[in-house]
Amino acid sequence: MSTSASPTLESTPGSGHHSATGLSNAKLAMWAFLGSDCMLFGGLISTFLLLRTKGVVRGPEVKDLYDIPFTSVSSFMLLMSSLTMVLAVSAIRRGDLARCRVWLVATAVLGALFVSGQVYEFTAFYNEGLGFTTNLQSSAFYVLTGFHGTHVGVGILILGSLAAMGDRDGLGPSPAETVEIAGLYWHFVDVVWIIIFTVVYLIR
Amino acid sequence: MSEPTTTTPHAEPSDRTYVGIALLLGVITAVEVASYYAEDALGAALVPSLLAMMVVKFVIVVGWFMHLRFDSNVYTRLFVTGLVLAVTVYAAVLATFRYF
Repeated sequence: MSTSASPTLESTPGSGHHSATGLSNAKLAMWAFLGSDCMLFGGLISTFLLLRTKGVVRGPEVKDLYDIPFTSVSSFMLLMSSLTMVLAVSAIRRGDLARCRVWLVATAVLGALFVSGQVYEFTAFYNEGLGFTTNLQSSAFYVLTGFHGTHVGVGILILGSLAAMGDRDGLGPSPAETVEIAGLYWHFVDVVWIIIFTVVYLIR
Repeated sequence: MSEPTTTTPHAEPSDRTYVGIALLLGVITAVEVASYYAEDALGAALVPSLLAMMVVKFVIVVGWFMHLRFDSNVYTRLFVTGLVLAVTVYAAVLATFRYF
């Protein structure tokens, strides 16, 4: 607190921009974004919960189409992608860029497998007669899980970009912090799925 | 350490610890799925137990993988503020529509 009266300051070279509190501005921004994203997913989840109890006028109910074993495997893959992500952060903190890139690619691949599973699930539901506009319940389901899938897709792009940047210079002045912030986003996506998997799939 | 990575020094868990945590998360997920199929046996305890396991997994990922356990409290406050606000607002919405 006593270091500067300015709202932001740049600390030692290579550590990126930090606020007067000594905390990273970029990391603060990511946490603020994640906090606000809770509101987005909260709205989508509660909308689905409300519409699930209303029954359907036409078409099948979403819960009758769930393939729990399949979704469990998808969930497990996303959960394990959090492990590979944290190992990527751990590697870059040790200065092991090569291993970090391997873990980033592994995380992106697991994320891509999860999204592929979601596409398969959506296709199977559609073939069973549950389209986006079939009933209110299906609309809420597709919007909720689709938004989550979009978040995963954005995460894959971020991870792919980081892995492709190659050298330390490409990852900005603080490579470890850059990877860590991408990791925060990825873990949040995983955390949201933990809630969706339980509340939407397992609790009927 | 060739470069500072965070402004708050903390003991970084080892990779082995992370693998152990991931295995724990996998086991909890397996128990969740098993509970789903044991609905008749669990009865009214099913939903509370599923919610409890969900919260445990949430806390583990946020605390360990997202490092909130080791980082500055400011990050925790930012995230928890958003989370509590979301839970409060949408619980009120659900209550308004007589969901509970």
